[in-house]
Amino acid sequence: MSENKITNILVAGIGGQGVMTAAEVLSQTALSQGFDVKKTEVAGMAQRGGVVTSHVRFGAQVLSPAIPPGEADILVGFEPAEALRWISHLRSSGVAMINTTRQEPPVVSLGLYDYPEDPIGEIAKTGVEYHAFDAGAIARDLGNFKLVNTVMLGAISELLPFPAEALKNEILDRFRGRKPELVEINEKAFELGRQASL
Amino acid sequence: MSAVPPLAGSNRRFMSGNEAVARGAWEAGCNLAAAYPGTPSTEILEFAAHYPEMYTEWSVNEKVSLEVAIGASLAGSRAFCAMKHVGLNVASDALMSQTLAGVGAGLVIAVADDVGLSSSQNEQDSRFWGRFAHVPLLEPADAQEAYEYTQQAFELSEQFNTPVILRLTTRICHVKGVVNFGERREHENAQGFIKDPGRLIMTPGVARKRLPMMFEREAEIQRYSESSNLNIIMDGSDKRIGFVTSGPTYMHVKEAFPDAPLVKLGLSYPVPFDKIRALASQVDQLVVVEEVEPILETELKAAGIALLGKEILSRIGELSPNVLRPAIAGLLGEAVPETAPVKAPIEIKPPAPRIDPATGINVFPRPPTMCVACPHLGIYYCLSKIRNTTISGDIGCYTLGAGHPWNALDTTVCMGASMGIAHGLDKGRVEADQDKKIIAVIGDSTFMHMGMQGLLDITYNNGNVTILLLDNRAVGMTGGQDNPASGRDIHGKESTKVDFRKLCEALGVKPERIHEVNPYELPTLFTALRDEVKIAEPSVIITNQPCVLIDYYGAQPALTVDDDKCTGCGNCLDIGCPAILVTRRETVVKPNGSEKELAFVKIESGACTGCNLCPKTCGPDAILPLADYIRQ
Repeated sequence: MSENKITNILVAGIGGQGVMTAAEVLSQTALSQGFDVKKTEVAGMAQRGGVVTSHVRFGAQVLSPAIPPGEADILVGFEPAEALRWISHLRSSGVAMINTTRQEPPVVSLGLYDYPEDPIGEIAKTGVEYHAFDAGAIARDLGNFKLVNTVMLGAISELLPFPAEALKNEILDRFRGRKPELVEINEKAFELGRQASL
Repeated sequence: MSAVPPLAGSNRRFMSGNEAVARGAWEAGCNLAAAYPGTPSTEILEFAAHYPEMYTEWSVNEKVSLEVAIGASLAGSRAFCAMKHVGLNVASDALMSQTLAGVGAGLVIAVADDVGLSSSQNEQDSRFWGRFAHVPLLEPADAQEAYEYTQQAFELSEQFNTPVILRLTTRICHVKGVVNFGERREHENAQGFIKDPGRLIMTPGVARKRLPMMFEREAEIQRYSESSNLNIIMDGSDKRIGFVTSGPTYMHVKEAFPDAPLVKLGLSYPVPFDKIRALASQVDQLVVVEEVEPILETELKAAGIALLGKEILSRIGELSPNVLRPAIAGLLGEAVPETAPVKAPIEIKPPAPRIDPATGINVFPRPPTMCVACPHLGIYYCLSKIRNTTISGDIGCYTLGAGHPWNALDTTVCMGASMGIAHGLDKGRVEADQDKKIIAVIGDSTFMHMGMQGLLDITYNNGNVTILLLDNRAVGMTGGQDNPASGRDIHGKESTKVDFRKLCEALGVKPERIHEVNPYELPTLFTALRDEVKIAEPSVIITNQPCVLIDYYGAQPALTVDDDKCTGCGNCLDIGCPAILVTRRETVVKPNGSEKELAFVKIESGACTGCNLCPKTCGPDAILPLADYIRQ
């Protein structure tokens, strides 16, 4: 088999949470670090409050864009039920980083399905390494729920095959150009995420 | 949407297949691009619109987009059109006859198959069109090839005087990869339109003459295919199995079996049989890896080439490495290679007995819903309350009305079908359904795409259908693109804005049967609907509020629920707005002994944009502006 080591990151959440942006930032960072990168995107129906996933793969050469089930190294779960939904995509030596802020869909509100009582507990039963924290609360306390994806990226920044600073700079550079007033708050969000994961 | 500019001094960028196609067309000196939005192809034209040298337009449907491209090609300009797989069904009428005539300057048709059904009503293998229309078909394997093949497509088109199909899938369109690109080369064509009625006017006489020419062209391209650099034999050390593959499937094969010899088809129709025979002679067994239909397999077997295909591989879904490895291991009599996945949790308490088909995990589904404050919410609330109806639906966000809590659609099949099917439901009704009311629901873009004709059929043939025309001034589901209902073109410039009332009148609906209603005004909407379904003539109720995703929509201050007043009646939940959430449930016993389920609610104030729909369903007046509630 080839010696091509590929890092597989599965980003999963709900339409509107910034899943695609987080995956884009990861991809651009990997690119700037000299990796070949492929990233899948989802559009159309899935965005209407539905499940959104992005597969990010980077290495010396990436061929197939989809992460095979059981081969994800990192699962970034923007929502706990979504993290549970995709947990078996992780390899057993992988890591799940999970935001514990719940988002109930209408089918649960309407009583058609139940929200799992303890999705994090279910994930714990699998034995995989995971870190669960309330990234949503951190974002809200900083004043903007949209910061949750910066928090989540901070949380995984120490798990990547390139320096955490590279990921941070990629995020901040995006704001430096167009919205410099948001640089400081995003830096805070990143650092709080980084700490929360430890 | 904005195209990210390249890094300074660099000609490498991370881009999606869709962007790569647009870039490739521009660099090839293409001057015209036309399309109708459709997942996964929509962004091709959005990116194309960034290049000022290309005339770009949203066409009203895919057939028109191809006809526009044909016209431009005949006028001497390289042209392309883009569509999703079902769009080519619509455009096929033009393709099937134009193929006999040929082209002027290069003509490329980009068709994107939504393999895996991310957002379509069916799965279709567009490779059939190459065979059916006798035109060459290119299949890029990733974004870099999408960029390159688009340019080669124009060359091929001119070299052989044929339209060329560039066949993409979701895995090309919506996967971003690194693309090395170049600069635009102008395509010079001083000649312009060349009068040639004996070629371009497809009467029976002309068609009869051109049929053998088309077959001769096809044979010529087949000979070219045998030696084309688009079709490659790749050597490998493991000679037990050789693979025949094309498009993005090649990536899966190469990743799963890096040491296997294979033929990678880039020009996959006409098929280079000799090239594949050459591979067959180098390996013990040949396996064709193609997604969806066994097209290549059937053709290769008919040519006498021994191989396996769907005997060991599925017809449905993606043939990714985790599917390929066990299938081939089985063929070779080997143990299935182990991955080390996380063991799925097995102890999930009921009542959530649902296994997610994509992941095998027991967790609730999260289907797409209408957005918070969507103007369609009120419409489906009303539809769900009207009895004895059959509701004929169409393609768009409003198709979601089939789901919970509305369950207010009975049929949906293809663009514009709501009209014809409703008419048929009426004319074909049996005695038992004598009093049934037939309602059709259609959006503005779908109406202009292919619904207008159906409405004309209804009025011309004395039909009895109540039509809801949901004008939200956008092509909603694909992302809110402009159209003749928004009054802006693809560049945001002011343009024709269709007056739907006048249009419906012109198509034969009586003026008194046409109503324009604000869909947030529930009582008015309900009354109009209830009254019109009783009248045995075609009626059109036009709703006139914008999609919440476009700039015409203005958010209002959020609402909230006064806990003290909420009685748990759950009426507001029937609207289906995602911002209304249940806080607790209670079962109460009524005086007559029967049980009643109560559901107390709250409004997610961060999500609410104050459309004011839910207060209209609230008997106890428990919903009020958040600002007023705080002041109390």
